[in-house]
Formats: sequence, C-alpha cells, structure tokens
Amino acid sequence: MRPPVLELQRVVKRYPGKPPVEALRGVSLTVHQGELVAVVGQSGSGKTTLVHVMGTLERPSSGVVLVAGKDVSEMTDRELSGLRAWQLGFVFQQFFLLDGLSVVENVANGLLYRAVSQAERRRLAVAALERVGLGHRLGHHPSKLSGGERQRVAIARAVVGEPAVVLADEPTGNLDSASGASIMQLLADLNGEGRTILVITHNHEIADSVPRRIELRDGLTVSDLTVAPRWEQQGGGAAGE
Amino acid sequence: MNSRLTLPDVLRAGSLGLRSRPLRALLSGLGVSIGIAAIVGVLGISASSQSRLLAQLDALGTNLLTVAPGQALGGGQAYLPPTAPGMIRRVGPVLTVSATGTVPGIHVFRTDKIPPSASGGISVQAADVALLRTLGATVQRGTFLNAATAQYPAVVLGASSAQYLGITDLRYPVQLYLGGQWFGVIGVLQPVALAPNLDRAALIGYPAAQRYLHFDGEFTTIYLRTDPNQVTDVQAVLARTANPNHPEEVAVSRPSDVLAARAAAQGAYTSLFIGLGAVAVLVGGVAIANTMLTAVLERSSEIGLRRALGATEAHVGLQFLTESLLLSGLGGLAGVVLGSLATTFYALSNHWFVIVPPLAVWGGMASALLVGAVAGLYPATRAARLTPTEALRTV
Repeated sequence: MRPPVLELQRVVKRYPGKPPVEALRGVSLTVHQGELVAVVGQSGSGKTTLVHVMGTLERPSSGVVLVAGKDVSEMTDRELSGLRAWQLGFVFQQFFLLDGLSVVENVANGLLYRAVSQAERRRLAVAALERVGLGHRLGHHPSKLSGGERQRVAIARAVVGEPAVVLADEPTGNLDSASGASIMQLLADLNGEGRTILVITHNHEIADSVPRRIELRDGLTVSDLTVAPRWEQQGGGAAGE
Repeated sequence: MNSRLTLPDVLRAGSLGLRSRPLRALLSGLGVSIGIAAIVGVLGISASSQSRLLAQLDALGTNLLTVAPGQALGGGQAYLPPTAPGMIRRVGPVLTVSATGTVPGIHVFRTDKIPPSASGGISVQAADVALLRTLGATVQRGTFLNAATAQYPAVVLGASSAQYLGITDLRYPVQLYLGGQWFGVIGVLQPVALAPNLDRAALIGYPAAQRYLHFDGEFTTIYLRTDPNQVTDVQAVLARTANPNHPEEVAVSRPSDVLAARAAAQGAYTSLFIGLGAVAVLVGGVAIANTMLTAVLERSSEIGLRRALGATEAHVGLQFLTESLLLSGLGGLAGVVLGSLATTFYALSNHWFVIVPPLAVWGGMASALLVGAVAGLYPATRAARLTPTEALRTV
C-alpha cells in the first residue's frame, strides 16, 4: 500500500451566520500517493470548501487534516505557507495566470516562494511547459493563449515543483468539451507518471473517467468508489472524446 | 521547508503592478514627481541665486558704509559739513574714505544740438580718485579718474549711463556735452552692486567740477571702508562724527545690508514654495494610496494565487509595500531629475553658478520614500490580511 499524502478525519467546516452554514459535516477520506481521485457533487455540496481545507487555504472548524503526514491544525501561517509552497499544487477553474508575466514566468512562479534561484526556476519551468506541450509558447503572454492552453500553463505551474499532491478545482469548468477532455487526459498522463492528483468537478462524466470517485452531497461523502477508468475499460482513448 | 522570498524576488514581485500598468504607474507617481521637482527646483534656484548674492557680498565686503545728508528738522534737505570726510577719516578703524557730490542742474548730452529740456536721468557727480578703491568697483572699459584727469574735462560713465548713451567703444575719442562744456569719456564702470546710483551717473573730478561747472563742492555721499570687525562700532559714531552739531540730520547706511536682505527675502519665498511643493508631495501620496488600494481590490485573485503558491501574509504585504515604495521612489527620482534640470536651465540662463543642494536631493528622495511607505502601509496591511479564500472568491 502506498503511503497517504492527504488525510481528512471527521472534518467539519462551519461558516458563522444566522443560521451558521455547515459546508462540511464530518468528511473523512484518504488519498494515497500516486492516486487520481475525482470529488464530484452538485453546486453547494461543499466541493470548493473541501479543496480549500485540503489545500490549507482554510482551516477546518473541527477535525484533522494531514498533508504529507503532517497535522496542519496547529501550524502557523508561515508553516502553512511553507507547506503549500513545497507539498501542494493548485489548478483553478479561472486559471489565475498573471497577464503581466510571460508563460514561462508564470510557471516559474510556482517555485517563487521556495527561494530557488531565478535561473533554476526558469529551467524547471521550461521543462514543465515542454511536458504539457507548450514548449513553443514560452515567451507568450497568457492573453494570447486559448483557454485550453492557459489551463495547461496552470497545470505546468502546479506540477513544476513536484508537490505531494495536485488539487484541481473544476479544471475544465471554463473550457469547451474538447479542451476539457484534453486537460483531463493531461492530468491522467501526469498521474500515470506518478503524480497524485485530486480533481474537483460537478461533471459526472469527468468523474467517471478517473479510477476513484468520491461523491459529496450536503457536506458529506455519500460514496467512495474505485473503478477502472472508462478509457481503460474501452481500451484507450481520451476522456470525453 | 519554509516559505521564503529573496530580496530580488521581492523587487520583481513589487514591480509587477508597475510593469503591467505603466500608464497608471506614471500618473500615480506624477504628483510626487511634481512636488519633489518643485522642492528641488526652488531650493536649487534659490541656492544658485543666493550663492551669487553671497559671492557678491564676499567680493564686495560687508564693511562699506555710506554717509548722506538726511532730513533737516524743519523738513528741508540737510547738508553735510565740508569737514565731514576729514573728520570721518580720523576715526581709528576707518580704512578709506571717498566722497561724491551731485553737481546740480547739469545734464549729460551726446551733442550740443540737443535742447537742454530733453535731458535724461543721468546725474553728474563729482568724485575723488579713491572712489573706485573704496567701493571695490572695477572699470569695464578705459580707466578711472586719476590725479591728472580729475583736473581736466574728463568723465567716467556708470554702466547704465554708458548703455543709455550708446557708448560701447572707447577706442576712438568720445565726447559728451555737460553744462556747456565738452568732456572726454575716459572710462565706463562695471555695475557697482553696493552703490547702484552710480550706475546712472557721470563721474568727473572734484577740481574739474569746480573749474568747469562751478560746483560748490558740497558732498552728497561719503563712502568709507572700516575694519571688518568694527563695522557696527564705526556705524554708531558716524553721524556724530560727520555732523557734530546735527547728528540727527545724517543718514548712515550699510549697502551690503540690502544684498543680505535680498538673500534673506529669497529665503522667505523659498519657504513658501517648499510648502507648496510639500503639499504636492502629500497629494501625490494620497494618489499613490488610492492607486494601491484599488490595486489590492483589483488584484485580489493574484493575492489568492500567491497565497496558494506559498506566500505568507508578510510576503503579500511586503509586495504591495514595495510597489508603493517603487512608485513613490521612481516619482521622487523623476522629480529630482526634473528639479535639477530646471535649476540648471534657470541658473545658466541668469549666468549664475549651478547649485543643486545635496540636502534637496537626498531630502527629496527621503520624503518621497516616506510618503510611499505611509501611503502603502494601509493597502499592504489590507492585502496581507486578506484570507486566501476571500481573495480567490472575489473573482
């Protein structure tokens, strides 16, 4: 059994208000190294809160979160930031690329808070971009790229530092179906190379295309299924194609 | 495995907003630029001008005193006794004494064809030969009166008089018509800073004035140099020495006071303009604070992204504070350059020395950075305190 890289134990996230809102109501799950997991659920099911809590962007109201074996509940802001810089990679629906920077600079920013030298950052960023098929777009600015290309840049930024786990929040949400399928294929390929990836999606078809699917409803996990991905069942081919 | 950001990366991250929106950065920094340029320019121009005046004071000395008849008790014009120069000369610390007397009713003409009613404002002054030395004045062309030429119809013109009469060249004999008598022009003075009335005068020797123009020899101004350390002591006894019977009818003055007062008056205006410049810098600071606050709101997704990439609260705050400091610092630098250029241009066009006080340069830069720090503090704090999820949610 491979070691766990992400563990949630009875995690509750409650937002104050009248009445208070419980976005997560005791979620427990474990993601092991090398897994490709989809968390699927309708709008308001707590998916984004879950990815924020797993990504240490938000602290749980109660429960335990372990990232790469470390309990994050008592960590300071500085320690949590260090954990994100070294152990976590993020892919967002809105890409969040900085338009004032070139593609390669955006990817190199994935290593910015590790105090890696600029030359080394650039070297690794070029390698990551070549891996996602954008080696020919290094000097371009994000505004000149298509949506699918932008998300590839964001994926390159997430994986450039080889984090313990990549959290992708609706990575295909802003893309057409062809681009979305291509992005899912890229994530599957990266997983095939040993990277641990967790994808948040409301799209059941996408969730069906990955080996493990966790369904979230009203802040609770209602199912956790491990199945062979559809493309393996069909004998190859990209998801959604 | 801590989150770390090196200094060059702080600068790179801090300059991102400026590089992404250069026009906005330019306009935001403009207020500080204008303010600093005003401060540096005013201080520079004032220092250049004051240096000219102070250099003039140094060259001319502050130990020149003048004695002139004041107002008589009855309201009429007072007179200096003929013994006044000799009495003054006997005061211990007095080094040299010279006297001039206005020759009344005599006008200066280029030819004898001009009707006497069409006279200019050039006065004819009888002067002794030591006047040039006492005043520290110099001749522009020709020579001053000496013991010989003071006896004969020879005239030395003040700088303005020569210009007014159109006399620019003494290589060929030039004559002027004074009181029905031709006088040869033997010299033209440089402007006399401590006795500007002589610039509009025509100076002739005392003996010549008496012989040719029937001058009664009355002194209208006595110039004297004293020991520089005893100027005020001499000044205190001059009235009584010049006219023991009516000291109240004697006007004693120190011409260098006028230059010193002019330098001081410039200082007063300088304070006013520096105040205005400071207001401009302050307004510039408000503009930067506004720009930075807007940037924090507009770039909240960038803040969220950076937190996700591993930035600490301090890193985010530092990035925005750096951006504010860069804005104000670059604005201040542009202001210093503009102010120095304005000073150079103005000083050179007035034939002054160019002086840009280092205090203005460093003070200007320091105040620009201080304004940037204060203006950026609140936006930086606000950016730092934005939680990652809030920042990512505001897209």
